[in-house]
Amino acid sequence: MSAHQDAIGRPSGSRRVKDAAFRMGLVACLALAVGLLAVLLVDVAIDGVGTLNWDFINNFTSISADKAGIQAALWGTIWLMGVCALFIVPVGVATAIYLEEYADPRRWWNRLIELNIQNLAAVPSIVYGILGLAFLVRGPIGLGNVVLAGGLTLGLLVLPMVIIAGREALRAVPPSIREGSMALGATQWQTIWRQVLPAAVPGIATGVILALSRAIGETAPLIVVGAVSVIAFNPTGVDSQFTAMPIQIFDWISRASNDINDYKPLAAAGILLLIILLLAMNSVAIWLRNRYEQKW
Amino acid sequence: MAEPVTEHPEIRVDLPRAEPATEQSSSETKRPREAIFHLDELAVAYAGKAAVRGVSFDIARNEITALIGPSGCGKSTLIRCLNRMNDLIPTAQVDGKVLYHGQDLYAPEVDAVEVRKRIGMVFQKPNPFPKSIYDNIAFGPRVLGMKGDMDEIVESALQRAALWDEAKDRLKTNAFGMSGGQQQRLCIARALAVEPDVILMDEPCSALDPISTGKIEDLMMDLKREYSIVIVTHNMQQAARVSDKTAFFTVELDESEKQRTGRVVEFDDTERIFTNPSDPRTEAYVTGKVG
Amino acid sequence: MEAASTAAAASGRPEAPSLRAARRRYGELVIRGFLVLAALISLLTTTGIVYALLKETVVFFGDVGVRDYLFGTKWSPLFEPGSFGVLPLIAGTFATTAIALVVAIPLGLGAAVYLSEYARPRVRKTLKPILELLAGIPTIVFGYFALTFFTPEILRGFFNLHVSIFNALAAGIIIGFLIIPIVASISEDSMRSVPQALREGAFGLGASKLQVTVRVVFPAALSGIVASVVLAMSRAVGETMVVLIAGGQQPQWGVDVGKSMETLTAFIAATAKGDAPTGSIEYKTLFAVGTTLFVITLVINMISIRFVRKYRQVYE
Repeated sequence: MSAHQDAIGRPSGSRRVKDAAFRMGLVACLALAVGLLAVLLVDVAIDGVGTLNWDFINNFTSISADKAGIQAALWGTIWLMGVCALFIVPVGVATAIYLEEYADPRRWWNRLIELNIQNLAAVPSIVYGILGLAFLVRGPIGLGNVVLAGGLTLGLLVLPMVIIAGREALRAVPPSIREGSMALGATQWQTIWRQVLPAAVPGIATGVILALSRAIGETAPLIVVGAVSVIAFNPTGVDSQFTAMPIQIFDWISRASNDINDYKPLAAAGILLLIILLLAMNSVAIWLRNRYEQKW
Repeated sequence: MAEPVTEHPEIRVDLPRAEPATEQSSSETKRPREAIFHLDELAVAYAGKAAVRGVSFDIARNEITALIGPSGCGKSTLIRCLNRMNDLIPTAQVDGKVLYHGQDLYAPEVDAVEVRKRIGMVFQKPNPFPKSIYDNIAFGPRVLGMKGDMDEIVESALQRAALWDEAKDRLKTNAFGMSGGQQQRLCIARALAVEPDVILMDEPCSALDPISTGKIEDLMMDLKREYSIVIVTHNMQQAARVSDKTAFFTVELDESEKQRTGRVVEFDDTERIFTNPSDPRTEAYVTGKVG
Repeated sequence: MEAASTAAAASGRPEAPSLRAARRRYGELVIRGFLVLAALISLLTTTGIVYALLKETVVFFGDVGVRDYLFGTKWSPLFEPGSFGVLPLIAGTFATTAIALVVAIPLGLGAAVYLSEYARPRVRKTLKPILELLAGIPTIVFGYFALTFFTPEILRGFFNLHVSIFNALAAGIIIGFLIIPIVASISEDSMRSVPQALREGAFGLGASKLQVTVRVVFPAALSGIVASVVLAMSRAVGETMVVLIAGGQQPQWGVDVGKSMETLTAFIAATAKGDAPTGSIEYKTLFAVGTTLFVITLVINMISIRFVRKYRQVYE
């Protein structure tokens, strides 16, 4: 009775072409994105690999391009990361503990704190620089453009990342552990400090490392906070003026190159070093997560 | 008018025969033991919805008291009142009285942490900490600041939980490496290490195989010489085997609100409950006619 | 053994133990207090940002009229007398953002669709982290690439366009690539969470994979996709280093993207670099432009939160 007595054939030619073209288009999108990444990395590598050597790491910056190096910036970055970490770990973990273990989510002020963290995560990084300039560098606290101000500014920038990662790590610890501990007569804090937090440490550590990876590459907030571009000494304390790797790289990019002094390779070498540091940090984060992940 | 003769011959329940000589046999009149807990019109509601209501009975010292009944009748909710674990649930509200050695457990000046020191709990799913066997047992004494040689405390707890032989050569290994039954005995040892007065057990064997269950039942009979035990169980035979007193719970449906609230129907000597229950609902449950 | 002595010997514990705490647990309260203080720091950050921005902006508007600022088309604050029309900066931000979205939306969605609907699990597992890598590269690297390679070799070289060395087109395109992971990641999550049953229903009716993807999956995942685009837009608006390095610092009130266009962010960075003394007009413009930037991103973020509430929390 069916009107379609023909055998079921293959899809029509035009349909197959459309399908294939669509699929190819999608692959092309992915290829373009990945391709640009590849070209970028290769370009930087080609530009900089010749200049990346021990002299580069040990020298300070200089007008003379072949004598210039990144030492001050490298140590500046290290100091900044130190201050940043010392800030974000206690504050971030404490906030995560408060929100996960103590705060009643039905209360409006706790929901406000959560909403606020979500908002902060999306504020442009340069605005954090303005915050640092207005309060930490000048203004009421008036530290000046020193390591402490820079480190705290970066810390405020990445704090939401640590809080979010910390909360997830705490949430992953099953409630049965808390119940078991409290049923023995432990107080809430004893339970958190001795059972929950130790179990959450790998997740928290991963989050902190990822936050520091973000902070290490930030330039704009440091510019606003007053990182110095040309500096020939390493920080001697948190009250030293400072430079940082992204700032030094930016300085080299901005300088006009001429026949005598070509600053481009210096910038590229600095970028390479930065990327190597980032790779190292991310590898540690991944290793930590794989090695210490608790399977409940 | 206690009549030890069974009125319902079709009920077949094996009452324990091999009991330690120091225990009175169930056919003699029991000397009333001291009441550890006195419950008076105890009720618990979650976010306004009543989960269990009108619970009134006493729990005696050095006895095993079983709470039985179908699912959802508030047995676990009730047992969690006895060590104030319901405090951990923000929407839970407890009404009525719980007297522990004559003291109101929920009085404002009472510290819940102190309560849990003396009234320990073992949970349905074994929940050892992700630490070594030794550290699992030592955790309680350490946080409570108990004095004494920790090695001795750990060994003593493991001995009392009948786990020493299996654990003594692997004290520093992770507790997660043990079998389910061993983990549960570890949780019992952990509870014993803090020297409680009472041990509450919320369906301690429901996640275990029959052999482990048997070991834990033997352990319970042993422990009741020194401790008082309250156990929630779905397994009627288990209640009949180990307990001295039994409370039978049921669920009542509120006609208007479609709410399920638990109530105690009957509380009596275990032998009575299983051979000559007073309430027809109890009889229906223990003879297997109902859930 | 008598039953009586059993009862007595059974428990050596003291009768009627006191349930009062041995000492009041002040420690717990103190600890809780510290934790609350820590949590308040995040609130203080927002308050600080708003206060810092508004304080100087209000002063700024004492010197410069609001209408001149918002509707003026000439931005040269350092001249004597200065012009304070912010529109060129907004145009610069808008142009680079628009170009970035033109790049990021098709490429990001294309990648997302491929990873979600077409790629085999093993391919997905390899490619997804590579896309994430794109997100992890510091923006200054993109700025370097835009200036030293993209403009000379690609725009001028390969495409033979007549653009200045600092131009908004290069900046916009590179920002576009930079934000692809945001679009791709969230859209892909959104598409993958479309129930398989929906696809199967359509396949069962004889639809092709193309039709199922475009007519079934895409609309079902739309709110997550929109959220990803809005979030990417916010990120593009706030981007500083790429525009600072490759986009130039000449504000332009026009549409020539082949020329330099200064954005809100580039202006802030360039001015701050000049170490303006507190209280000077320069210093104040920094905050006024900062407030403008903050308000724009706030509005965009509020819109995106409404869409993103269903899907995962992301931190840029």
